[in-house]
Amino acid sequence: MLLKLTFNSLYARLLTVGMTVFAISLSLMLYMSVEKLRTSAYTSFTDTISQTDLIVGARTSSVQLLLYSVFRIGNATNNITWESYEDVINKKEVAWSVPISLGDSHKGFRVMGTNSEFFKRYKYRGEQSIELEQGKNLDDLYDVIIGAGVAEKLNYSVGTPLIVSHGLQSFSDHDDQPFKVSGILAKTGTPVDNTVIVSLEAIEAIHVDWSTGAKIPGQITPVEEIRQMDLSPKNITAALIGVNSKLQIFQLQRWINEYPEESLSSILPGVALQELWRIVGVVENLLLGISVTVIFTTLIGMTAIIFSSLNERRREMAIWRAMGASPKVVIGLLMLEAFIISVMSIIVSTVMLFLTLYVLQPWIDNTYGILVNIEMLAVKDIYIFMLFIIAASLVSLIPAIRAYWFSINDGMTIKI
Amino acid sequence: MSLQLTQMEKSNLNEKTIQINSVKFHWSNKSKFKLHIPELSVDKGEKVLLLGESGSGKTTLLSLICGFLTPLSGKIQLNEKLINDLSATKRDQYRSDNIGIIFQQFNLLPYANVIDNILLPLYFSKLRSANISNQRETAISICQSLRLPEDVVNMKASELSVGQQQRVAVARALIGNPPLVIADEPTSSLDTDAQTIFLDLMFSQVASSNSTLLMVSHDKSLSSKFDRVIDMKNVSVKEQ
Repeated sequence: MLLKLTFNSLYARLLTVGMTVFAISLSLMLYMSVEKLRTSAYTSFTDTISQTDLIVGARTSSVQLLLYSVFRIGNATNNITWESYEDVINKKEVAWSVPISLGDSHKGFRVMGTNSEFFKRYKYRGEQSIELEQGKNLDDLYDVIIGAGVAEKLNYSVGTPLIVSHGLQSFSDHDDQPFKVSGILAKTGTPVDNTVIVSLEAIEAIHVDWSTGAKIPGQITPVEEIRQMDLSPKNITAALIGVNSKLQIFQLQRWINEYPEESLSSILPGVALQELWRIVGVVENLLLGISVTVIFTTLIGMTAIIFSSLNERRREMAIWRAMGASPKVVIGLLMLEAFIISVMSIIVSTVMLFLTLYVLQPWIDNTYGILVNIEMLAVKDIYIFMLFIIAASLVSLIPAIRAYWFSINDGMTIKI
Repeated sequence: MSLQLTQMEKSNLNEKTIQINSVKFHWSNKSKFKLHIPELSVDKGEKVLLLGESGSGKTTLLSLICGFLTPLSGKIQLNEKLINDLSATKRDQYRSDNIGIIFQQFNLLPYANVIDNILLPLYFSKLRSANISNQRETAISICQSLRLPEDVVNMKASELSVGQQQRVAVARALIGNPPLVIADEPTSSLDTDAQTIFLDLMFSQVASSNSTLLMVSHDKSLSSKFDRVIDMKNVSVKEQ
């Protein structure tokens, strides 16, 4: 009876109640989508590189090494010599390795020199490999493979010629040795999308006429001559390494870090990713804080709406009292109302969230490389909902207690 | 047989539905309004009109009788039960079990339908709902005897005319046959013709459920219809 009458009462105020439910639903949805994006971003982020056991580079901090070797952010302080690299990969613990050489760029995109192992060994999101969407592998010295993002933003296709610039923000181009796009990679949602990949030999080739970062004046070696030269790499920037047994990782890491001939660093990508996420995590906490504040604000809004309805409903309270309802029932009615509003808001917000995610998922994946997983509500979400319902009921106590005083003092005299 | 009847009638006459003795009430010591009623009683089955100017304390008196308020001193007895000593919860329960209340206007929950409005007191009073076997049918038959159109019962209270609403209020006050019906100027929002019809219908219902009626009004012209008229001037004592 009470439940039915409460529903009747809410239905009679459909517009106000509807708007309240909508406002609360929006704020709950905001919270849940921030939460979903956060966890998805975290997964995507930590999924940037998988199955690589160690990353080796010149002595530096782990976050910095991770940033430049995987995310192509910032610069390497130093290169490592090919001899050191060979010493490392000749260790019996090493199963495979991918050398990478960074430092040049093309129209703002990083150029990375590597070998065919990269395409075989680099994995993301667990087991995913990078795949060619168009074209073929690096066959010629002056072939490049570009990531999907590069192809899209520069509108390149297979066969497009391009010039590699020296360094990251310089005006000197390696224009004497033009390259040509041989392949375009499928979208991965990792920094590979924004990378221009060439062979290690190509990196050597374009620096034939360069010495210590500057072009040797007047010297231009013809391309034909370069093709005949020994272009085996002398330096690389970093290397991705896989081990035979996971148990050997720490042993190998220590060996590399204590390598006497050159100062090397080796990091576990998973650990470094966690470290990096802790830095990024400040922003996510901020987002979370904002959405919690929004929820709190709408709760106050709901209370205000119940409050403002109290005066016009004083008559109603008096009727309840005359029927023998104790003031507790009056409090209960108002709390029941808040309860119903919050439950309806939860239902509406969940439906809205899943509809939105369903529609936006492909777009978010394409644009930001974040795969938002649309799964049913997690236990954590249920906790949040329960917490919200409790909070809503508690907040509604404020107007309810006021109604209690009204109903005790009004008695037969009813102010309209 | 006839002897038994007269005895019953006698006991009926002697039994007091309302008995008030030296009741004093005021909101605070500073307030000008002070109510002091040395003695007031209403017999069982009586139809009593309580006359009084506005501000004479009629509504306060009703609030005291209904147990919304408790007197500062004195005794209020309903059906020979002292109610001013009861806890607030027990007074609420006592009210729902024993008193049907009709307000001046806006008696009904506007968003609920007529049936739900009529049945509302039964939700709070087991005693009154025990008097009825089929709630819905009883509500409909009371509506019929109050000459409410048949289709009215399923309409929303807010869709009814004021006169119809007041009759529904009577139905609600009388459902489950409470011993006492208290009406606070129930006819003030009706015109003269409607007043007469309304009062006649209310009286016949009150009689058929054996209830006592205490109605408040400032309209002396209604006096002839009641068993007894009490003027607030005569029962309350002015205090300075």
